[in-house]
Amino acid sequence: MPNQQYSRAAASLPQLPKAPTGIEGLDEITEGGLPLGRPTLVCGSAGCGKTLLGIEFLVRGILDYDEPGVLMAFEETAPELAANVASLGFDLAQLQADKKLRLDHVHVDRSEIDETGEYDLEGLFIRLGYAIDTIGAKRVVLDTIESLFSGFSNEALLRSEIRRLFRWLKDKGVTTIITAERGEGTLTRQGLEEYVSDCVVLLDNRIIDQITTRRLRIVKYRGSTHGTNEYPYIITEDGISVLPVTSLRLEHAVSDNIVSTGVADLDTMFRRGGLYQGSSTLVTGTAGTAKTTLAAAFALAACQRGEPTMFFAFEESPAQLLRNMASVGLALQPFVDSGLLRIEASRPTLNGLERHLVTIHKLIGQFKPQTVLIDPISNLVSVGSLSEVRSMLTRLVDFLKVQGINALFTALISGSQGQREMTEEGISSLVDTWIHVRDLEGVGERNRGISILKARGMAHSNQVREFIVTEHGIRLLDVLVGPAGIITGASRLTQHIQEQARALATEQEAERRDRELERKRRVLEATIANLRTEFESVEEELRLVNSEEQQRHESLSDERRQLGRSFSTRPPGDANA
Amino acid sequence: MDEEMWELRLYVAGQTVKSMQALANLKTYCEQHLKGRYRLEIVDLLQHPQLAEGDQILAIPTLVRKVPAPIRKIIGDLSNQERVLVGLDIRALDHS
Repeated sequence: MPNQQYSRAAASLPQLPKAPTGIEGLDEITEGGLPLGRPTLVCGSAGCGKTLLGIEFLVRGILDYDEPGVLMAFEETAPELAANVASLGFDLAQLQADKKLRLDHVHVDRSEIDETGEYDLEGLFIRLGYAIDTIGAKRVVLDTIESLFSGFSNEALLRSEIRRLFRWLKDKGVTTIITAERGEGTLTRQGLEEYVSDCVVLLDNRIIDQITTRRLRIVKYRGSTHGTNEYPYIITEDGISVLPVTSLRLEHAVSDNIVSTGVADLDTMFRRGGLYQGSSTLVTGTAGTAKTTLAAAFALAACQRGEPTMFFAFEESPAQLLRNMASVGLALQPFVDSGLLRIEASRPTLNGLERHLVTIHKLIGQFKPQTVLIDPISNLVSVGSLSEVRSMLTRLVDFLKVQGINALFTALISGSQGQREMTEEGISSLVDTWIHVRDLEGVGERNRGISILKARGMAHSNQVREFIVTEHGIRLLDVLVGPAGIITGASRLTQHIQEQARALATEQEAERRDRELERKRRVLEATIANLRTEFESVEEELRLVNSEEQQRHESLSDERRQLGRSFSTRPPGDANA
Repeated sequence: MDEEMWELRLYVAGQTVKSMQALANLKTYCEQHLKGRYRLEIVDLLQHPQLAEGDQILAIPTLVRKVPAPIRKIIGDLSNQERVLVGLDIRALDHS
């Protein structure tokens, strides 16, 4: 029956048919699940959660996919197993009562068994076959098969029998998980199972810098592509959770709404007066540049909008945070009291990175906030290597984006590399908006400058603005550009005075020039008057000369006329009369 | 103690060569050492697969000594008489 199903599925799909495990994240890595109707080996050292993975595979199969399962346990008894997984909410006893699950504890004890002559493991096959057939199982877990090697001395026979078992399971068409201890230099102790399995999942438990991280890797998967990386996974209260990067599909919906940063002056630096809703923002800066205050302002604004807000503090306790923020006029306490704001404070070293991520996931899932703040993400570096932190943050940023949550992260960057303006975590490329705060060190003092390095999809101011933290929150000051760059703090005052003096001087200079001009004008006018007077006197004289000349001329001609007349009327002798 | 009946159970899976051989060997030893003091039960797991779990049967053939306690198991075709007798503690009983 299962074989028929299998071949039908194979005909309709070009891809290998798969049995979804139902384990968070694992189906994404394996692109759908484990090979259907084939054996899969799960190997790993002690404490990796091999058995748990197997049981979860069975339980999820029963609950989510209605596929009954058989668990053949070689190491633990049925009651032990049931007790172990009860804390995860798996009720094995109930499932057994419902005839969905069969637990068969195989007890192998060499001291009870003597061997004489030839034998085979047909009994195991019969038991397994019987268990499968009674409940119509589709899934089988064998945990841990190599216990057989401690019970029987004939290794050659065991190897061939295990080979036969794999073949037999395949023919049965059951999807099987076989767990195995990891050997020295090989995946399994016997170096056998990995070759006869169609899929090999390697679980790894390693300690780096005193912090345990668990990794999962698909070593082989016949007939299918799969994620090849090592994926961190954790064992939570809900079972195994694998954190694949491959789930990042970048297809989240976007919003066109704008939310305030909580600092009115900062909002004006964005063309649209704030940040896009559901976007993620990174605030970087050196120590003491009021990153937390900016974050708190953002949180306050979110609370005032009535949004559930979650603040993850990795440096301060909630009480300390509230007190400190109250001192700068950010009253968060009422919102904490009303339950709108939740502050989750923990030391980064409390957990491994993955657990942090899962804790954040879980809390967000429970609280369903609209706004999430993480202060600071750079502290997480202390619990993991850079690449780990980067991949974790990638997942986190993406998770928040997909949920459409406004996110604000702060990150401390070291002073010496402040100019590099690159976060070590390399998440700057993931965030939508990047605000950088920094020290502006001038004449004997430090001041804070804020600038927007990037804002996706929005024009923004390119200025570096000085900002001050007052009792009433954060205020941005007007830009003052001096001859040597922007001017802040006391220099701002100096500059102001200097400018006043300069303005006064300029004014005086202008007045002086005006007076000079006036003077010149007056001199010129006087000169012109003089010249005019001179001209007038010359004119007068000339006119005088002219009239005298004329008079003389007239009198002369008169005389001549009289003379002419007298010549004609009087004798020449009394010419002088 | 000598009066006690020995309860032996031989698990087989069908009429395989190994099973037949084991049965034949067992019968010989019993007749030699436990004549009239034993009860032999043969369980064919192909017909009664549910019985395999009770006695923790993995290998075929398996001989289980139910009584006297403690339970002892011998797997294989029982071809080595010495080992079977030691395994079942038969010789010790003989001497007592």
